[in-house]
Amino acid sequence: MGEEDYYLELCERPVQFEKANPVNCVFFDEANKQVFAVRSGGATGVVVKGPDDRNPISFRMDDKGEVKCIKFSLENKILAVQRTSKTVVLPEKRSLKLLKSHNLNVNWYMYCPESAVILLSTTVLENVLQPFHFRAGTMSKLPKFEIELPAAPKSTKPSLSERDIAMATIYGQLYVLFLRHHSRTSNSTGAEVVLYHLPREGACKKMHILKLNRTGKFALNVVDNLVVVHHQDTETSVIFDLKLRGEFDGSVTFHHPVLPARSIQPYQIPIAGPAAVTSQSPVPCKLYSSSWIVFQPDIIISASQGYLWNLQVKLEPIVNLLPDKGRLMDFLLQRKECKMVILSVCSQMLSESDRASLPVIATVFDKLNHEYKKYLDAEQSYAMAVEAGQSRSSPLLKRPVRTQAVLDQSDVYTHVLSAFVEKKEMPHKFVIAVLMEYIRSLNQFQIAVQHYLHELVIKTLVQHNLFYMLHQFLQYHVLSDSKPLACLLLSLESFYPPAHQLSLDMLKRLSTANDEIVEVLLSKHQVLAALRFIRGIGGHDNISARKFLDAAKQTEDNMLFYTIFRFFEQRNQRLRGSPNFTPGEHCEEHVAFFKQIFGDQALMRPTTF
Amino acid sequence: MAAAAAGAGSGAWAAQEKQFPPALLSFFIYNPRFGPREGEEENKILFYHPNEVEKNEKIRNVGLCEAIVQFTRTFSPSKPAKSLHTQKNRQFFNEPEENFWMVMVVRNPIIEKQSKDGKPIIEYQEEELLDKVYSSVLQQCYSMYKLFNGTFLKAMEDGGVKLLKERLEKFFHRYLQTLHLQSCDLLDIFGGISFFPLDKMTYLKIQSFINRMEESLNIVKYTAFLYNDQLIWSGLEQDDMRILYKYLTTSLFPRHIEPELAGRDSPIRAEMPGNLQHYGRFLTGPLNLNDPDAKCRFPKIFVNTDDTYEELHLIVYKAMSAAVCFMIDASNQPTLDFCRRLDSIVGPQLTVLASDICEQFNINKRMSGSEKEPQFKFIYFNHMNLAEKSTVHMRKTPSVSLTSVHPDLMKILGDINSDFTRVDEDEEIIVKAMSDYWVVGKKSDRRELYVILNQKNANLIEVNEEVKKLCATQFNNIFFLD
Repeated sequence: MGEEDYYLELCERPVQFEKANPVNCVFFDEANKQVFAVRSGGATGVVVKGPDDRNPISFRMDDKGEVKCIKFSLENKILAVQRTSKTVVLPEKRSLKLLKSHNLNVNWYMYCPESAVILLSTTVLENVLQPFHFRAGTMSKLPKFEIELPAAPKSTKPSLSERDIAMATIYGQLYVLFLRHHSRTSNSTGAEVVLYHLPREGACKKMHILKLNRTGKFALNVVDNLVVVHHQDTETSVIFDLKLRGEFDGSVTFHHPVLPARSIQPYQIPIAGPAAVTSQSPVPCKLYSSSWIVFQPDIIISASQGYLWNLQVKLEPIVNLLPDKGRLMDFLLQRKECKMVILSVCSQMLSESDRASLPVIATVFDKLNHEYKKYLDAEQSYAMAVEAGQSRSSPLLKRPVRTQAVLDQSDVYTHVLSAFVEKKEMPHKFVIAVLMEYIRSLNQFQIAVQHYLHELVIKTLVQHNLFYMLHQFLQYHVLSDSKPLACLLLSLESFYPPAHQLSLDMLKRLSTANDEIVEVLLSKHQVLAALRFIRGIGGHDNISARKFLDAAKQTEDNMLFYTIFRFFEQRNQRLRGSPNFTPGEHCEEHVAFFKQIFGDQALMRPTTF
Repeated sequence: MAAAAAGAGSGAWAAQEKQFPPALLSFFIYNPRFGPREGEEENKILFYHPNEVEKNEKIRNVGLCEAIVQFTRTFSPSKPAKSLHTQKNRQFFNEPEENFWMVMVVRNPIIEKQSKDGKPIIEYQEEELLDKVYSSVLQQCYSMYKLFNGTFLKAMEDGGVKLLKERLEKFFHRYLQTLHLQSCDLLDIFGGISFFPLDKMTYLKIQSFINRMEESLNIVKYTAFLYNDQLIWSGLEQDDMRILYKYLTTSLFPRHIEPELAGRDSPIRAEMPGNLQHYGRFLTGPLNLNDPDAKCRFPKIFVNTDDTYEELHLIVYKAMSAAVCFMIDASNQPTLDFCRRLDSIVGPQLTVLASDICEQFNINKRMSGSEKEPQFKFIYFNHMNLAEKSTVHMRKTPSVSLTSVHPDLMKILGDINSDFTRVDEDEEIIVKAMSDYWVVGKKSDRRELYVILNQKNANLIEVNEEVKKLCATQFNNIFFLD
């Protein structure tokens, strides 16, 4: 197993605390994610460390017996200590007020701070769960639900253990995760994790089943919306992604591990502080140790070693573990830090050695553009809502967040395509096919294709003298009209004469490029055509006479010069009542030339009424 | 438009006249270098139709052509005579390869009238045939030969005069029977390609399909895609595509229309295990893939003869109205296995694509409202991409190209085209034909447009306005000077 194979790792900078031992008790508060090291019942010190605060809080308190539980309120304002099963002490004098009460027989409870939901286990089998939701100082009762327990031998009384239940938010939805152990009586091949969806409103519903295909001791984490299941016996973990397609049986979706089981990446206990001087090499950390305690969503604590880690997913190794590129993309696009990995997958699938087939490439592009389009749509409806002035009336209106999964054309161009087309060893057919596939995909999602992509296609075609192909693409408007593209085509005329016609057509369709059309025609000495064009669109009263007369003179066609000259004399007559040119038009030279060729008497006479 | 066709006829005389269309009198190919000495003249002749002609006459006719070409060369060394007009016939000369001459002799159309004493009087219509039309037909004969046989020179290199003669005999013996000289017109001059109008997205899907097929059938060198006998994509260069298109649309496809209509050759092949239902079938190559002895012989074609000189197998495969031509290097002999693989990969996808195209086309047609027949008859041709569009011609059949207008009007179109050829600049010609017809020819950049208007009492200005309107509606997305 190469090192690049591990796809789970412990964070580099764990929270370090004093190891648990007979005089030092360690507590963890899930709400604040703080570790409390209570030495000698607090008399010799309490050290509190959170994952974010690098400055631990330390204080002393009187040893009034064994501490059962110790927690801070939010923002570390109030400390609460529990020493017996029925009393909680607040070191400062505070009064508590009873806000609401419900009478229930509770076996155990579980609280999820992220969602502010508490689950109470009721009934003899402990498997009827009553959730409450805390919100703005109120507590609301949600519909209770029952966890189906696996069939157990008659001798043992089945019951739901607190250890087999976890709560976590996955893809924005709160789930109750139930670890259903393998029962010998059923035909199941192993333990399962059953996910009950707990909506804000409405009843809880069994939605997903994660097939573990093994038995033994398990622990659950949720990292980056993935359910991680650790298996102690094999010292490996597997991950599940609820958004990847599973098998739906009409009510529940069955999922299999996304990847083969792997151990968490081996971890070396860093040597820090003065200890580094004495010991030589870092000590390998025992993974999956029986002293590990796992908390939601992503916390692993080793009380015996004095560490709190956050579990992390490494995306790079997964690229090689998931051969199905479509599934790989589905997986990666849901991950937080996915952008660079996805771009590297794209580059890889276009590389000489790992070249993917066109249908696969198409699938990958489609998945990227699907995300991209979703974001563009959200942006657009946000912009429209803002414009319509709904922002003030609706506080729910939020600017859409651009996640790393949004890879736009510039990302793909910069990181993937521009390098790809430069590769000399690539057959040009493949290069063009890939570019067209990307353009096809963008079009399919109705995303306007950026000019630089079209330019890339043209550049590649021109490099390989595939002008007829280019012509056909333009004929079917695959390369969208734009002024830069029209100019690019003009520049190709000397290699491929029809490019001139293609360019003019494009300028015409743009309908904002009439000046350019005139310039192109004049540069080709098609003076009359230019004049007819500008007259056709009604712009002939505003054009510069000098420009046209210059061009006509250059043709050395005297009759053409005459015609153009006469046209402007008539225009002068019509606009100003006199055929003469004004000094501002700077046509003296042309008037002199006209006289020289055709004589003074050929000049138009002013018509007087 | 029955009225239009009748309106231009010459009326009362029709019943007493018998008309004979132009016909092929002879067709021969010679090389003056092959028999320069007296007594060896016969060696010059590489092909002669009709073969029954007596040897000395053949030699005489060839000699005459040689003499005319030599004689006219003294006046115009670079452009010797292209045709010779006589009362009874016209001769067309073409030198497609150095010293190889092709000559086609066409009899002028004849009108046979009854004289008062009941004797038939034969009148040759000397001015009816258009030089450009028949010169183009002659050039096309060479192009078609070259497509399937390569150049004359290549045959000489491969097997000397003997081989060249064999190839010429084999090819032209059949090909000349398919020349329908009576229905040649402006479109033969253009030798254009009709493109299938399509939206961008469907076009991109087709691109994607072609690229995938070329990838999975990795020996494919070029692909062409057609729908409804109209071109959508050509991987071949323009000139090669032009003649291949001509072959497909006037020869191969029409031959397969009838079985298609009868539904015989388009089975839904569900009987083969693992084979998705599809309508794909080979138009060239094996007829029945289930027959283990099926022959996988495909026609060979020659392309890029000016530089790389490539010899290819032409595989034409069709599903519903969509046809794909896969061209593979002749060094790869396609096996039955390959054909089966092609059928199983291409068949289902092409079937889906064909119905997509059909559906999209109908949607676009409804949206643009172009279902309405345009009120004008026109022919459009663009020299740059060879795009051709005609509302004058009905559907092409192998035997005749039917036009919906009177031949006299077609001749006016040809005359205008000849005028256009003489000058480089853009121009416009408006002709008032007999009866109520106006014929307008426009040339802008490298495009030509011919419009036939049937408007009683219209004047020049009104006709000009009508054509402007037509350009604005039918050709609004191209730069067309008015």
